[in-house]
Amino acid sequence: MNDIKVYALSTCIHCRNAKKYLDECGVKYDCVHVDQLSGDERNDVVRKIKEYNPAVSFPTIVIKDKVVVGYHKDQIDEALKGE
Amino acid sequence: MDVKQLFNMLKKAQEPKGYYFNNDMDMTMPLLESLLINKERFGYMACPCRLANGDFDADKDIICPCTYREDDVKKYGACFCALYVSKDFNEGKIEKTVVPESRPPEKILF
Repeated sequence: MNDIKVYALSTCIHCRNAKKYLDECGVKYDCVHVDQLSGDERNDVVRKIKEYNPAVSFPTIVIKDKVVVGYHKDQIDEALKGE
Repeated sequence: MDVKQLFNMLKKAQEPKGYYFNNDMDMTMPLLESLLINKERFGYMACPCRLANGDFDADKDIICPCTYREDDVKKYGACFCALYVSKDFNEGKIEKTVVPESRPPEKILF
């Protein structure tokens, strides 16, 4: 359950709710607050998010090979089950 | 300005236009706080749920209320953040869905 990556914004309520839900599910994840990055680091991360989610919207949650865009509980559940 | 003042000010300005704050205050209040954070960070209230460029001209379309609000509220009953919603949304007359991003990704500079 360690391969979960959350691309989020520190100010975004949907991101906050999604992280809270993952916490409730008891899973560990790695979170990147993209709005707190700058320069090359920001550019590299945005480029990477684009590969997962061309709209570059948040949260973009990568659970192994599944990508959940936005706070969709059902999709998160499904992706977690698939692990 | 604190969050309560912002709430009152925007409510007064937006409600007559048909845009209401989401009556889920666990959404609305944090979003308003985030708007104040962005005002402090960038000098303007960039959408808290979008990645701002930090440049006024490059972020004009996502300064709250964003240019996408009108269409999103018409279509989904809520804006992308769900800060602003329609009356029907608050009254539970329409299903609450996750509003997809309509800002073209090219607007994000990198």
